[in-house]
Amino acid sequence: MPDITDKVPAPAAIPPSPSTEDGGGKDTGKAKPERVASMWSDARHDLIRNPIFVVSAIIILFLLVLAAAPGLFTERSPFEKGFCQLSDSASKPSSENWFGFDTLGCDVYTRTIYATRNSIIVGILTTVLTTLVGSLLGMIAGLRGGWLDSVLSRFTEIFFALPLMLGGLLVASIFQTGNVVTVALVLAVLGWPQVFRIMRGAVLANKHNDYVMAAKALGAGTWRIAMRHVLPNAVAPVIVITTINLGVYISAEAALSYLGIGVQSPNISWGLMISDAQSRFLISPHMVLFPSLFLSITVLAFIMLGDAVRDALDPKLR
Amino acid sequence: MTIIDKTADVPAPREAGSDGVPLLEVRDLHVEFHTREGTARAVNGVNYSVSAGETLAVLGESGSGKSVTAQAIMGILDMPPATIPRGEILFHGEDMLKMSGEERRKIRGSRIAMIFQDALSSLNPVLSVGYQLGEMFRVHRALSRKEAKAKAIELMDRVKIPAAAARVGDYPHQFSGGMRQRIMIAMALALEPDLIIADEPTTALDVTVQAQVMELLADLQREFNMGLILITHDLGVVADVADKIAVMYAGRIVETAPVHELYKRPAHPYTRGLLDSIPRLDQKGQELYAIKGLPPNLTSTPPGCAFNPRCPKAQDICRTDIPQLFPVTERDGGELAGRGSACHFWKETIHG
Amino acid sequence: MGRYLIRRLVQAIPVLLGATFLIFCLVFALPGDPIQMLAGEKRADPNIAAILREQYHLNDPLYQQYLHYMGGVLTGDFGETYTGRAVADIMSERFPVTVQLALIAFAVEAVIGVAAGVSAALGRGKFLDNIVLISTLLLVSVPVFVLGSIAQLTLGVQWDLLPISYDENDPMSLLLPGIVLAAASMAYITRLTRTSMMETLRADYVRTAIAKGLSRRRVIVRHALRNALIPIVTFLGADLGALMGGAIITERLFNIPGVGGQLAQSVYLREQPVVIGIVTCLILIYIAANLIVDLLYAVLDPRIRYA
Repeated sequence: MPDITDKVPAPAAIPPSPSTEDGGGKDTGKAKPERVASMWSDARHDLIRNPIFVVSAIIILFLLVLAAAPGLFTERSPFEKGFCQLSDSASKPSSENWFGFDTLGCDVYTRTIYATRNSIIVGILTTVLTTLVGSLLGMIAGLRGGWLDSVLSRFTEIFFALPLMLGGLLVASIFQTGNVVTVALVLAVLGWPQVFRIMRGAVLANKHNDYVMAAKALGAGTWRIAMRHVLPNAVAPVIVITTINLGVYISAEAALSYLGIGVQSPNISWGLMISDAQSRFLISPHMVLFPSLFLSITVLAFIMLGDAVRDALDPKLR
Repeated sequence: MTIIDKTADVPAPREAGSDGVPLLEVRDLHVEFHTREGTARAVNGVNYSVSAGETLAVLGESGSGKSVTAQAIMGILDMPPATIPRGEILFHGEDMLKMSGEERRKIRGSRIAMIFQDALSSLNPVLSVGYQLGEMFRVHRALSRKEAKAKAIELMDRVKIPAAAARVGDYPHQFSGGMRQRIMIAMALALEPDLIIADEPTTALDVTVQAQVMELLADLQREFNMGLILITHDLGVVADVADKIAVMYAGRIVETAPVHELYKRPAHPYTRGLLDSIPRLDQKGQELYAIKGLPPNLTSTPPGCAFNPRCPKAQDICRTDIPQLFPVTERDGGELAGRGSACHFWKETIHG
Repeated sequence: MGRYLIRRLVQAIPVLLGATFLIFCLVFALPGDPIQMLAGEKRADPNIAAILREQYHLNDPLYQQYLHYMGGVLTGDFGETYTGRAVADIMSERFPVTVQLALIAFAVEAVIGVAAGVSAALGRGKFLDNIVLISTLLLVSVPVFVLGSIAQLTLGVQWDLLPISYDENDPMSLLLPGIVLAAASMAYITRLTRTSMMETLRADYVRTAIAKGLSRRRVIVRHALRNALIPIVTFLGADLGALMGGAIITERLFNIPGVGGQLAQSVYLREQPVVIGIVTCLILIYIAANLIVDLLYAVLDPRIRYA
């Protein structure tokens, strides 16, 4: 379970333990290889029967459709001419315009729908980048050990000393373009050490297991051991953190945009919409309410999914 | 594991309590566990009794229900998932299953105490051994912190831990395995209980240390005239210290006997199998006997005698009728005190 | 024990140096010329600009500026802004408010989080446990600026329970922001406590404690919780630093003149010395908090103390 935005060095799903040097992930990836096959099928079985998984999966599917084809849900487009009419400024929700209008007289419903795409893109792009970089470096550090491991580990510790929002503030101010891809890059720069730490911990936890020793004794090469024995057992914790992080990054994007350093106008973002409407919150709460609702439900869905996946992959925690 | 010393003296049987009521009597005890996979019947009508100064050894493989019975006596079963649908546990003639939680708590530790198998995990890692020993006196006897510490040192001396006064503030991980088990024994003895239940007290120890710990336990038992229930799967441990034995299989007692009677003439094929699978010096070079098959799954025990799929003597009746604990007699019908066997063919087994 | 602490201290040094150097690079990579920012709309006088550049060592290579700066920090000198104000002054004005806010949040998350986690673990699978699971999910999912708005609207305006914006003379005015700031961590601590407690309740030594005839309360508090607290303390310590540095949104939402607001403003105005000063302090706090955790860790777990 992550902890979002306003705090904490990169969303800390696993609290940094003071003794991480000696293989942090002591509660991760303990599964033995002969259990791997049944672990995955058990997990699939558990997932399908878990109502939390089903509900979150349905919500996420819906959001993906929304992001891919917003035109299916609204006839208007926020990019068309005359979309915003100042005469409609801050009108309350009505039967024609369900979510009402914002200060500039733009339809809140259409904007909220269209903002889904940006949130999902940031979430997925950031997750892909952090997972690739973090797990690759984490695996190398865990398998190679030695000075390379020390250097990489110390380097990531620097990032943990830096609160996410604070780092975001600085890095986003350097890039300054305010489009979706740069925001994802900013978050990825700050987020990869977390995946690194988990991957490294999981690799270390598995590296010294008896079955790896046995494989070594049988003369298997390092590369083969890494691919066949260590990696499959280290994947589970990374999958869990990846799923949860999707929600965390979406939330972080909204927070950066809220502060005016993430996605910027004319691009649309829930965080930006909330920020723009904040000053009139007490008078016209609808302008804040609807984007907030979409944002919260999206984040909730991904975190629930991550929770369900973790429960399925690590039954010990149930 | 251990070679049985057949020349050991038969300990004189000790008399029951002065009023004739045994210290502890378990009657028709049933324990079930309700799990996702179904109901596991861990204990199916166990009867046994222990008197003051007497040692009862409960013998069985893991999953035979021997530990669950002990936990039911202690009142430390997790309920749920466990339930006790039937049975009585009489302590000084009073049914503990009918007592309130508070009444039972007062008995636990002070009048019935338990020694667990793995002392390292059974002792709290973050509290000093002195604190954990002294806690008994602080909770049950309302002693002050200082008095409790003095008592703790006394106890550690008693179980022969060297430099007790200096080590009273040490933590469990700073002691060796044998010393840790001595601390467990000291904790159980602290309030001089009437009955001690020792659940595999020496299994986790080195063979050389095993004997020392068992000897200590037996000495202390004699000194305080306590009842002792010794749960084990190790026949060697039993021979030297026990007065009588109850062999358990799949939640039932399959044979009871005074200790040396059992070794000489087992009356149940399962007991015979256990005895035959002990390595013996006089059979060096021969293949070691092993009971074939696996212990039954408790959610679906086989019909009839639970041992029938593994039994070399099994007949049709064994697959349909559950044998009760028959009294075992001599070939001529002469009484054999304290002997019983839950086998349809006990006669053939003991005399055949 | 002593060696353990010294080792942790030595390990903190590269993190401190690395983090401050990273910040140094980031701050100087910010686009825009700080001297030009001073002049505002007008073009800065090149002569004056050159003098200022010399005065603030802006012409030196970055690593020299860094060494110069860190040398100052060691003697307690955090430098001054380009308008000549001591950075230490600005910080001593802003930090007390943020520290107060962070401590309130810390107390809220520690007390409520642990209590809720323990009760959930004890009533495992029951009504209360489910309530706790669902509410913690909600608390982590709702972003802090949304949560803050909701809290202001309900607790502040509709029910009029707590003040909704900061007032220097009213300590109660930090309560609502403190709760909002704490919310996500509180939910995390609740879950961590629940898991950790459930694990320890299954431990053999808890069974022993019950077999000793101890009261349920004593078994739970002395024997289970004492062990379950070890991972929780770790998280709490790391979080204390994060609470101080991460309150940017909360401070903005409740108009609190703390470090977060100052930082956002200074980044915008390219006041490099202020940004570096504040971030250096925050990193120091983070490292100090982690050292305290290491200490507490050793106090709570004798296996570490005597290792």
